[in-house]
Amino acid sequence: MSTLRPHFSLSGLVHGARAALPAFPGFIVFAMAFGAAAAQKGLSLGETMGLSAFVYAGSSQMVGLEIWQKVWSPATILTIMTVTAVVNARMILLGATLQPWLKHEPKARSALNLFLLTDAGWLIGTRYHSEGGRNTGMLLGCGLALWLLWQASTFLGYFAGALVPEPKRFGLDLVMPIFFSVMLVPLWKGAKPALPWLVAGLVSLIVHALMPGYVFIIAGALAGVIAGMVME
Amino acid sequence: MSDFATLAAGPWGSALAIAAMALATYLCRIAGAVVMSRVAITPRMERGLRALPGSIILATVLPMILDAGVPAFVSIAAGIVVMTVTRFELAGLAAGLGTLSLIRALGF
Repeated sequence: MSTLRPHFSLSGLVHGARAALPAFPGFIVFAMAFGAAAAQKGLSLGETMGLSAFVYAGSSQMVGLEIWQKVWSPATILTIMTVTAVVNARMILLGATLQPWLKHEPKARSALNLFLLTDAGWLIGTRYHSEGGRNTGMLLGCGLALWLLWQASTFLGYFAGALVPEPKRFGLDLVMPIFFSVMLVPLWKGAKPALPWLVAGLVSLIVHALMPGYVFIIAGALAGVIAGMVME
Repeated sequence: MSDFATLAAGPWGSALAIAAMALATYLCRIAGAVVMSRVAITPRMERGLRALPGSIILATVLPMILDAGVPAFVSIAAGIVVMTVTRFELAGLAAGLGTLSLIRALGF
C-alpha cells in the first residue's frame, strides 16, 4: 500500500463514475428541486442552467434564488457574491485535504478536479483514498458523472418540477442527510478518532440555534479540525 | 464604476451575477489546495484534517436531523445499521429512505 503513488488512468474514470452512484439519488432530488424553484421564481432557462453549470453548489444556488434580482446593481451583485462565498467556505477545507493526493498532477487537471468538487464527491473520493486508492482519474470520473447528472436533473426540474410527486412521501427530502450519515460508517476508526466529530456536531448545533443561514456547517467543521489538532 | 452599474442594470446583469457567484465558489474550491501546496503540512495539521470528513458530516447532518425530528433519527439509524452490516452505500441509503417512507406511510 505504501508504495502506491498518485497516478491517473482512464480505468480510474470509469471506476469513479461507478463509485458516484450512491450519490445519484441525492443529486437528482436536489437539482430537480433547484430547477423547479428557479422556474417558479421566474429565472430563464439560461440563467438556471448557468447557475447549475458554473456555480455547481446546491445550497448556494438555493440561497442565491432567495436574493435573486430582476434588475441588478453593483451592490446586489456584491451581496450575492458574499453570501455565496459564506455558504461555500467549507469547500476551502475540502480542497485542503485533497492537496496531498493532487500534488503531482498537472495544474490544468487539478483545476478541473477542483472545479468539480462537491461534498458528496469528496466523501466518495476520501473513502477511496483511505482504502489505498490513488488513481486521480477516479476523482475526475466521479466529479464528471455528478456534474452531468446535476445538469440533466436541473433541466428536468425546470420543466417538470410541478409533475414530481410529493418528495416527502418517499423520504426524498432527507436523502442528503441519510446519504451523508451512511458515509460515516466507513470513516469510523474507533471512538477516539471520532471525538472531534462530536465537537463538530455540538458546535454546529449551537451555531445553528444562534445564527440563521448555513454558517453552522463551516463553524462545526472548523471546530472539528481544531479539536483534531489539539487531541493527541 | 458607473459603467459597471449601467452594465449590471442591463440585460447582462444576471450573467454578471452568475459569474460573480461562480468566481466566489471556484475560489473556495481551489483556495485550500493552493494554500496547502505552499505551507509544510505539520503532523498536527494532518491530524486536524483527518478529523474533517466526519466533522463535516456531523456538522451538516445533526441540525437537519434535529429539525426533522424522530422519524429522521430512526431512518438514519436504520441506514447506518444496514451500512455497517453490508458495507454497501446503496443498501444503507435504501434502508434509510425505506424506513422513512414507511414511518410516514404509517402516519407519524
